[in-house]
Amino acid sequence: MTWGLTGVTVRFGVTNALVDTTLTVEPGQVIGIVGGDGAGKTTLLRALVGEVVPRSGSVHAPAPHRIGYLPASSGSWAELSVRENLEFVGRSFGLSTSQVAARADELLARAGLDSARDRLARQLSGGMRRKLGFCMATVAEPDLLVLDEPSTGVDPVSRVELWRLVSLAAAGGAGVVMSTTYLDEAERCGHLMVLDEGHVLLSAPPEEALASLVGTVVTTTDPVHPERAWRRGRTHHEWWPPGERPVGSTITPDLEDVVIAASLARRAGVAA
Amino acid sequence: MTPALLETRGFSHRFGTLLAVDDVTMHVEPGEVVGLLGANGAGKTTLIRALLGLVGSPDGQVRLLGGPPSRQARMRVGYVPQGMGLYDDLTVAENLEFTARAYRARVPQLPPDLAEHSGTLVGSLALGSQRRLAFVCALLHDPEVLVLDEPTSGVDPLARARLWDTVRERAEAGVGVLITTHYMQEAQQCDRLLLMAGGRLVGSGSEEDVVGGTTAVEVRTERWADAFAALEPTGAAVTLSGRSVRVADGDEATLRAVLAQAGVPAELVSVPATIEERMAVLAKDAVR
Repeated sequence: MTWGLTGVTVRFGVTNALVDTTLTVEPGQVIGIVGGDGAGKTTLLRALVGEVVPRSGSVHAPAPHRIGYLPASSGSWAELSVRENLEFVGRSFGLSTSQVAARADELLARAGLDSARDRLARQLSGGMRRKLGFCMATVAEPDLLVLDEPSTGVDPVSRVELWRLVSLAAAGGAGVVMSTTYLDEAERCGHLMVLDEGHVLLSAPPEEALASLVGTVVTTTDPVHPERAWRRGRTHHEWWPPGERPVGSTITPDLEDVVIAASLARRAGVAA
Repeated sequence: MTPALLETRGFSHRFGTLLAVDDVTMHVEPGEVVGLLGANGAGKTTLIRALLGLVGSPDGQVRLLGGPPSRQARMRVGYVPQGMGLYDDLTVAENLEFTARAYRARVPQLPPDLAEHSGTLVGSLALGSQRRLAFVCALLHDPEVLVLDEPTSGVDPLARARLWDTVRERAEAGVGVLITTHYMQEAQQCDRLLLMAGGRLVGSGSEEDVVGGTTAVEVRTERWADAFAALEPTGAAVTLSGRSVRVADGDEATLRAVLAQAGVPAELVSVPATIEERMAVLAKDAVR
């Protein structure tokens, strides 16, 4: 069974939060949604879990009790202990007391939260709280796992652990859709979607995304069009649209270059 | 010789029995961008606070702009803390005016897209705009040193590129920049990196120097889910990377044996570790 969105547009008042977006999620696949604040990442995820109703297009998702969702806010109850949070969510998903107990033990051990089980959620570090949120989202072994910036504000060690947990859920057959502001993270996903002001800039496996560049990226010490240039250490990279003759030495762009160039192309009205 | 803008020699600091920073010697010179990397608890924040004179009676030598980190010296520093240090209940214009007064500087012109929101309360501004405002506030008194604590978290790639344009322009004008980050992409923007773990400085130099020849093992197989399921219980730092599996701290022979036992055919390739993997392994070692 595959899940996803077909031609989904979401509007808030006069603002297009998400425009004509199509995404397919296969079991065992990890999809990374990249973009900054206001790009439409959260709207896409909320449409997928049924929290936002699109103006047009269709959403294919499993029944609500087969979806696990970690919202961008902490996703746990501050005044409940780690264990109580998990039990509460497990019971609300319809698991029996013994099922919840077994699953909680397993998840807490895997997330390295064993020794924190009786601590209140508000006493946890940012990284531990995100891991708890992750455990809560996966307590009922969902078919579709939707994670809104699971690693924002999380230190690198916890991030590696979170990524291990995400991998584990995917290896168990869940379709995973997660958002992030960082391309290094998205590069590890099997499929990558980049959003910019509600529009899909790019949607491809990371290795294909690299080949999707429209125009040319050069390295130069003195950009001709500063508005099309960005720094990379002590040098500049500059994007040239198709049809113009680039000045500077052409480089093989990395994912960061491709995404910046695509953002510039969209703003300049150059079709990808 | 002009003195370093930021400098410590043999700096250590304890909180009770916890040695938060252990014998760190570092410096930041005019015109260079230095990246400070490390996991939570590695000692980055304590080091920064000491350089800014916010740690009482430091052990060892700590110098800011060639002297002790006094209030006068701090007036010549631009600082963007992780929480950005803006007042949520004040408007954009009020935040700017307040900061300018505090530094006895002129109120600068806002960039057009921020000027549009000058009457908006900062608390209701998008995160990316808040970061840009925090930058404007930190730069308005023409500081000689910039200290930035994870300055671009939550910002999209194009906006992040614009923030880096600002940082590099200042560096070209002779400002020394110390910047903490968790991300490889940002580390690549720096001239030099410092890596901390367990309070100690464990690596410095280029990205290659800091990763220190550490390798990870990439497991290439059609049956990645089976490979993952077999390797995960070994306790190694196993993660998925596209359609292959990466192990940050595994020994190749052991991994090969585990996979053979599980009947998963796979090709094992030794690849350079990422900075993130290096940090995770260092933090594990620090606990041991």
